[in-house]
Formats: sequence, structure tokens, C-alpha cells
Amino acid sequence: MHTTEEIQTVIDRYPGSRQYALAAMQDMQRQFGYLPREGLEALAKHLSCPFSQLFSMATFYKAFSLKPKGRHIIKLCDGTACHIRGGSVLLEGIERELGIKPGETTPDGLFTLQLVNCLGSCAISPVILIDDTFYGRMTLEKLPGVLNSYRKEAVER
Amino acid sequence: MKQTILVCCDTGCLANGARAVADALEREIAAAGIDCPVERTVKRTGCHGFCEAGPLVRIQPDDIAYYHVKASDAPDIVRGLTQNEPVRRLLYKDENGEPHTPRAAHPFYKRQEKIALRNVGEIDPHSLADYLARGGYEALGKALTMTQDEILTEMETSGLRGRGGAGFPTGRKWRSAAGYDVFPKYVVCNGDEGDPGAFMDRSILEGDPHSVLEGMAVCALAIGAEEGYLYIRDEYDMAVHAVNTAIRQAEEAGFLGESILGSGKPLKLRVVRGGGAFVCGESTALMASIEGRVGEPRAKYIRSVQRGLWDHPTVLNNVETWANVPVIITGGGAAYARLGTESSKGTKVFSLVGKVKNTGLVEVPMGCTLRELIFDIGGGVADGRPFKAVQTGGPSGGCIPERMLDLAVDFDTLTKYGAMMGSGGMIVMDDTSCMVEVARYYVNFLSEESCGKCTPCREGLRQMLAILTDICEGRGREGDVELLERLGATLQDSSLCALGKSAPNPVLTTIRYFRDEYDAHIREHRCPAGVCRKLTAFRIDAEKCVGCGACAKACPTGAIEGALKQSHRIEPTKCIVCGSCRTACRFGAVTVRGRTEQ
Repeated sequence: MHTTEEIQTVIDRYPGSRQYALAAMQDMQRQFGYLPREGLEALAKHLSCPFSQLFSMATFYKAFSLKPKGRHIIKLCDGTACHIRGGSVLLEGIERELGIKPGETTPDGLFTLQLVNCLGSCAISPVILIDDTFYGRMTLEKLPGVLNSYRKEAVER
Repeated sequence: MKQTILVCCDTGCLANGARAVADALEREIAAAGIDCPVERTVKRTGCHGFCEAGPLVRIQPDDIAYYHVKASDAPDIVRGLTQNEPVRRLLYKDENGEPHTPRAAHPFYKRQEKIALRNVGEIDPHSLADYLARGGYEALGKALTMTQDEILTEMETSGLRGRGGAGFPTGRKWRSAAGYDVFPKYVVCNGDEGDPGAFMDRSILEGDPHSVLEGMAVCALAIGAEEGYLYIRDEYDMAVHAVNTAIRQAEEAGFLGESILGSGKPLKLRVVRGGGAFVCGESTALMASIEGRVGEPRAKYIRSVQRGLWDHPTVLNNVETWANVPVIITGGGAAYARLGTESSKGTKVFSLVGKVKNTGLVEVPMGCTLRELIFDIGGGVADGRPFKAVQTGGPSGGCIPERMLDLAVDFDTLTKYGAMMGSGGMIVMDDTSCMVEVARYYVNFLSEESCGKCTPCREGLRQMLAILTDICEGRGREGDVELLERLGATLQDSSLCALGKSAPNPVLTTIRYFRDEYDAHIREHRCPAGVCRKLTAFRIDAEKCVGCGACAKACPTGAIEGALKQSHRIEPTKCIVCGSCRTACRFGAVTVRGRTEQ
């Protein structure tokens, strides 16, 4: 979660100029997992721009979310190469396995599923990226094992 | 001279375990001690190109390449170096089973000509010394001794055209920007590589970031810019890291920063991380995004060379374009222009992906034919399946059928046939790809990525998507294809930016070259490729089935019944038509039927 101080630390990294809006918002997204309203309000003040403009950016760019995300972010690549090599089958597999659709978070807060355009790793398609780990040449067969490794780790914690 | 081991540490190879390979090699070298004829540190390089066969290891200067290397191979590799005997089992073997040592002899590499990728896979991208050792920043030094006009003339002579897809002559762009006496001016690198299926820019940024910085610095001198930005996709974490490191190194060494090589001319470069919007690959949208606004394109009555970033003269080029610049300045524009075709000079990097045998990144002279790319270099279609189409140019491109494979790939040829070379993504499709579904896929992609500013693109794409979804789900009607064509023509004529103008290309080319598939969906309610679920049923051919059980193992819902060594059967009520059985079957026993066919 976030505190007012944490928000301020992120904002203070940047000069009070409009061109740093994107960068500051990305830092917030990275640190908190989403863009808290207080964060955007404080940033608007810092950059002397209307809150509505930051809100429009927050909803325009895919990198941002206004809702908190799960502990692990699953990015399923739906680039063309992945798509024709079974990406859509994988999507259904993950949906079945987790009971959520793209953009949603599991009730236990463990996983958020995102459908992304192209991770630029077409040579090992189809690809899923969980946090920073790439899983190339994914199949329905391998899927439960991969997801379970994260579940197991969560139980052990 | 000691030998050097290069390990590809690009995303693809890393996912296959390249880091463990590099670590194991370093341990083995250390264990072999002082007598080992190898540099102690293994060079962790950018992409070697041949991602399919990764993790890739290469030994220089002998040009020995090892494929599919595992950490457990490290002892043999190091022993092989000590005894001067390559490890045969890791080498490439030709069709007669004969191993080949020099990498250059491999069919995947034989026809390639590396200019933009000259250092990618050869150097440690985090080492400035490596870049300098291969002639890095010589072009910048030379440019400082040239007048602005000389630099611009050299660029014009080279015939270099923008590698992002539009193909605008780079030299002319620079000269226009140089002509305006409005300061400050800006140089911008477009690293918002959004075309699905393309990753050449990522590989250059990750594997050779200094070449891009050097290209930008040369341009800054030529037009009088003192500030620049590199807009890089948020998804490309490694690229952002590599470029930031490179900027810091170049500033410390005096190539960038307050005074370029002591000339008194400054250049400050900064990385801006993209926000994840495809439309930001469009130049004016990208500039809006750098300024801290929503990335919407504007009408280009006034071009960005005159009024770009913050309404000041701006030169924006694609990553690959920038990487070509140092070569042109060092070797001369005329030498560069000797490569390629009449109207498209130099080389182009392609990402060869999809259902092709040798997936990876290749660089060939312009004018190479699709057949050479896919069959000679790419080794043909994977798993012995028949070729159906190649999709070029990303969502703005088109699908090209087999009878047109002898077309040359350059800026102008493919455009005549409704497709385009674009940024160089090349996605090979076999008989298991449905062309209607591929068109639907691209229109879905574009309708989500349309910024919504102009009506034809926003609403037109939505309507096209609805029609295509209907066709894929068995609700297609007579006249749908003609309606798609009319909508497509409207989008081409009336959209504001290139996203909307080129958006109908995947639909129109599939209609033009694969009309029979549309008709099969609409009239016969079947999907010939077996992709559209609602129109497909899989059947196991009892004659061909040997009862190996591979399909039953692959089936995620347990829908396949049958005893071992007896022909199997799919239970239709359990089948979700995912096609896993078809992929798993090595005997071609799983056949595609229409839902209503018996």
C-alpha cells in the first residue's frame, strides 16, 4: 500500500514540468501496483496541471491501472506470432485455471491476468511473462505446473 | 591470441536458460586455470539472431557456433577449446549429417549482410570498450570534421529511407530540419516498437545501444540540435536499462553531454518510457506523449521537421534507421548505396516468426525475395506443414499467398499488392491458420489501439470487427465481404493518421487472396483451417490413427477415448476444439470437419 510520504517521494524525483507526468505515473504504477487517486491529485498539483488531464492519461495508456493489482502479474502475449501458435488456447486455459478474465485479479489477490500485444519474444512463442520471468513455448500441459509453483511459494511464505 | 566465448543473453535465449550456460562456462574456465586458452569472462551479448536454436554459444575468432546449449555442456565446450577440438554434437549438421564449424556456413547466416545489426551479438552491450573496439564513435569524430552540409549530402547520397515503415528519405528529412532557424531543435528516437511480431528494434537497443546514440549525435550536429529523446516501450525493460547505461557511459567518456568530444557542442539525451499505446509509434502521437499528454496524432499539414516536439524542428527516426547512420558516415553514402535496389538502399532487418522452421532475426540486402527469406534462410515451414501465407508489415500490412513469394521485399514492391514491408515483421502461416480469423485478430487489435480521435478509424474498425466476428462465429451473411471492402475503402480515404489509413490492409488482402476461406465460412459454415471454434469439429481418422495416445495426453479436457494401439475417438460433448490433439498427432490422423458435417 501507499502512504502520503511515499507518494511525495516519487513526485519529488521530478521537476514540476508537464513532460515528467508519464515518468512519475510509471514510477507510481511500479511502486504501488496501481495509480492511487491521492497520487494523481498530488502529482497534478506538483505539475500545475488539471487532475482531469492526468486522469485522461491514466485511462489512455495501457501501462496504467486505477485499481490495485494482484501479487503476480501474468502477461499473456497476444502478438501475432503467439496468437497463431496457440496463444488464444492458452488464454482459455489460464481463464479456466484461475477463473478470471483478462484485466481481472483472482479473489485471493495472487494473480492478475493481462493480455498484452507483443512482448517482442516471438521466436519462443507462445509466451507468458509472470512478473519478470519469461516462459517460452508454453503449452496447456505446462501451464498448471507453472501456476502451481507461484501458488506453492505463496503458501510457504 | 586468447579465444572469446560469446553467449547470447537476449530474451529468447535467457528464457531457454542462457544465463545458467554463461555461468557454467565461467566456472569451467576458472577451473581450467591459467592454461585455458580462453578469456576468463564470457561475453554476454545481445541477440545472435537464430533464436530457434537457442541458447546460442559462439567462439571467436574461429567463428564456431554451438546450438541448443545446456549448462551441462560447459565442461565439454571448455575442454574442446583446450584441446582445439570443437564439440561435434553441438555443431550445426547439414542434411547429410555432416557437422559444420564456421557459423558463416550455416544456411541461416550465409545470405545475411549485417549493417544495422553489425555489433548485435558480437559485443557486450554494457561495455563501451567493446563498442569502441569495433570502430564505435569513429563516425561521430568524423562528423565533427565535416560541415553540416557535408553530413547532409552524405546521408542523401546513401539513399537511406526510414526503417519504421513509411520509408521517408532520411537525408531529406534531416535537411528540412536543418533549414529552419528556430531553436532549440530536437532529435528523437522512435523505440516504441508496437507491431506484433517485430522485435528488431528491441534487439538493437538491447544489443548495441551506442550505435543508436551515435547516429542521433551525428544528426544533432547536422541540424544543430542540443537535446534528444529516446521513446522506448515500457515492455522493453532490458532495452531501457541498456540505453540508460550507454548514455551514462557516453557522457562520462565525453561522446555526449556538455561538449561532444571537446567540440563545445552539447547533446543531452534522455529516455522516455512509453505508456503502452500502439498509436504512439506514430510520430506526432509519440511527440505528444513525450510532452506529457495523451498520445493522439495530429494532422500533418505542417510536418514535424518544422514544428515537432514543443512546436520546434524535430528529426524523428526509427531505431534501425539511427543504427545505420554511423556506417554511412564512416564508409560514405555512395558505398552504402551500392547495397539494395534502385529505390530502396541498404539492408533491412526482419523478424522471421510464426510457423517457420528457423525463427529469429535476419538482416539481408533490400530486394531479397520472400521465398529466399522464408525458405532459404528460414528453412521453410515448421513441422513439414504446407505454407499458406506470410503476413508482412504488422497490422498495417497484408497477407501474401504462396504464388507471390517471388516478390522482392523493399519499400515499394509489396505496397503495390496491398501489403507493405513495414517495420520488418514477417509472420509465416501454415494451413492451421485461418485467414478470416487473422484479419479479425488485426482489426480487434487496431480497434483497441485506435486513439478514438477521428470517426472513420474509431467507428469503422468497430463495425469491421463486428462483421468479422460474425463471420468467424457462423453468423456471416451474403454481402458481408462487399461491406467490408466498402468500409475498408472509407477508412483508407478518410482517416487522419497512418494507423487508420492502413488498418484495412489485413482485411482487404485476405479478401483479395483468400476469398475462398471467407466463402467457406459464410456459405458452408465451416472453417477450413480448423481455427474458428463454432464452425469446427475435429475427427480422428481411424485408418491413420495408430493409437499412440499422444493426442489423449495433450487433450486438456480428457475428451479423447481409446485403448493403446487402437484407434482413438473424440467425444464431442467434452471437446473444446482447442486443436491440441491435431498439434500432438504425428500421423496426420486428426482431421478438420465443419460443425454440421457428418
